[in-house]
Amino acid sequence: MEYKVALGPQHPALHEAVSLRMTLDGEIIRDADLKLGYSHRGIEKLAEERSFIQNIYLTERICGICSHSHTTCFTQGVEQLMELVPARRGLYIRTLIAELERVHSHLLWLGVAGQEAGFESFFMYTWRDREVVLDILEWISGNRVHYAMNTFGGVRRDIDELQKKKILDNLGLLRQRTDYYLNLAASEPTFIGRLAGVGKLSKEQAIALCAVGPTLRASGVPMDVRKDDPYAVYDEIPFEVCTADSCDVLGRAVVRVKELIQSYNMIEFILQNLPEGPFKVKAPRKVKPNEVYSRYEAPRGENVHYIKSNGSDKPERLKVRAPTLANYPATIAMLKSGFIADIPLIFAAIDPCICCAERLVQLDNPRSGESQVLSFSQLRSMANAHYKKIDLTKKEAAWPF
Amino acid sequence: MAILKPILYILVYPGLIFLMVYSTFCEWFDRKLYARMQNRIGPLHTGRSGILQPVADIIKLFAKEDIVPEKADKHMFSALPVFALAIVCTAALYLPVWHYTDAPSFISFPGDLIVVAYLLTLPTLIFFLAGWHSTNYFSAIGGVRVLTMLFGYEIPLLLALLSPAVLAGSWRLLEITRFYQEQPLLLLANLIGFFIAVIALQAKLERVPFDIPHAETEIVGGQFTEYSGKKLAFFRLLGDIEMVVGAGLISAVFLGGFPGGLLPGLAWFILKTLFIVFLLAAMRAATSRIRIDQMISFSWRWLAPLGVLQLFIVIIIKGNLS
Repeated sequence: MEYKVALGPQHPALHEAVSLRMTLDGEIIRDADLKLGYSHRGIEKLAEERSFIQNIYLTERICGICSHSHTTCFTQGVEQLMELVPARRGLYIRTLIAELERVHSHLLWLGVAGQEAGFESFFMYTWRDREVVLDILEWISGNRVHYAMNTFGGVRRDIDELQKKKILDNLGLLRQRTDYYLNLAASEPTFIGRLAGVGKLSKEQAIALCAVGPTLRASGVPMDVRKDDPYAVYDEIPFEVCTADSCDVLGRAVVRVKELIQSYNMIEFILQNLPEGPFKVKAPRKVKPNEVYSRYEAPRGENVHYIKSNGSDKPERLKVRAPTLANYPATIAMLKSGFIADIPLIFAAIDPCICCAERLVQLDNPRSGESQVLSFSQLRSMANAHYKKIDLTKKEAAWPF
Repeated sequence: MAILKPILYILVYPGLIFLMVYSTFCEWFDRKLYARMQNRIGPLHTGRSGILQPVADIIKLFAKEDIVPEKADKHMFSALPVFALAIVCTAALYLPVWHYTDAPSFISFPGDLIVVAYLLTLPTLIFFLAGWHSTNYFSAIGGVRVLTMLFGYEIPLLLALLSPAVLAGSWRLLEITRFYQEQPLLLLANLIGFFIAVIALQAKLERVPFDIPHAETEIVGGQFTEYSGKKLAFFRLLGDIEMVVGAGLISAVFLGGFPGGLLPGLAWFILKTLFIVFLLAAMRAATSRIRIDQMISFSWRWLAPLGVLQLFIVIIIKGNLS
């Protein structure tokens, strides 16, 4: 017997509001669908009301985990519009923060994977060690999550020798812990049993469905913006693009742990080769009319900002394509072949950031070309009419969707 | 005096009062161990080192609003938690404590091992009914998972419990404990069975790695999704008491029971059950939840054959002894 179950918008496995509509046959998933739109915040519209310099701090608030990704993506786009060459030391520090952020995001993901698999000890351990990298970020920027480091032409704070030494000391501890997790993930049978072979996404499917980030790389596609289209100083830093061929959740975990190790190497390299000189240059306030498409490899995958300027100090349009949005089609494909027990793991494996990916879509009538705007009171009366139609005394009413 | 003893037996020790107090202590012990293994502190504020936290949790649940789903069968929905609690408390009475070996209590009879095993199976059936009567998809999936898991762990558990009984030549808990108290070395013969029983008990208690029926990241609260307030408190208390009774049964059968009269017996009971609780907490901390299909194949590929092997070992030893 097939039946439909909605996981979410409120569900213990989901940390943000999204609805996973599952058609189940016993324990097996027959069909899956996603329903978005529970946490739209209108940030793109808000960006049009603010000046470029204010928008740096607005874009930082798109995401609570990859905050630096969004501001860097925005900042380097605007710098291109301004035809401004940022200070080299500033770019190095920007990259340093980016890699520290990747470390914190991947450690967080490992914990979430542990929690979704019911492995609470793993969750507790990784989140304890994540505090180390959060402390490093706090020493540098004064903040744990929203670092506010970027500005046009460089960064807002320099780092000194004492901070360098402290970071390098703590990096040793992080390396040691990461080796331990790699070991644990390779030897704990119940954990491997939960991750291996779950959420298969073949190489062809991954490319066809435009997956990004670790999801794509775990399907054996070595695609990374840092290598393919280097920004900041990634063309000067040696690193490898980490891939896995297993095409499953275990592969995604392995890719992330390998990237952690690469990030430690990069942080060490940056600190040892930090160029002298100013860490920022002066930037103009107004921007010439133009448009730019800025790419950035966030911890979750490729992050894209499209910025259009109109000669004023405010952007005409800011379009954000967060990595989670690009991974949704692949998620649905992955969900279609699993068990109920795999749903949280598969969904968590793309490291979803639901708020970042929520967008408003306005559909025009294709025949007349008219667009319709509904007021709040109209929406309210529509909702009331919808719920009045449902007869709660009938058996089918258990599924009002 | 003859009447007083059964009343004390039912109400005080090992009956209701002892069970309530000791089971909350066991929950605290388990939570504290689990927390320490995870680098946490665990309960801290209620009572000394948080020892009253489980009691506080239950009192809090009793004070909460009690909601019965509109479509649920109200009588069934409300009666199930009470029934389950009563059944597990009844099972506790069969545990061989309190001058047991000299003067058996009114309740002991040949074959009570099977009765305890049966009484410990009933809560599982009640969990299924609770899930089914909640009229919620998550509860229904949880209920079906409860039954599916039962097919996995019940037979290995029974095989493991029967092996020491076969060696002792009796299915009466009293005689099993007396046999092993006289020949403690023979306990080593049941080592495999002991570990099977501990793993199966973990599955019966639905704790990690076998918390599949109420895996919160998959099916919210499983069979308990719709339960709240007093009824949920009953189910929680039931889980704690089931842990004590299960640990007591395993220590009676595999660890030689609780010799030495009232107070030394009580000390042995606490020591041995806490040892089992420690094993359960360590298993819980070191593993991740497995899938229901993995659980069933694990039980039938490993637990059940090992249970049969244990039975063979016992039969061979018994042949050599006689």
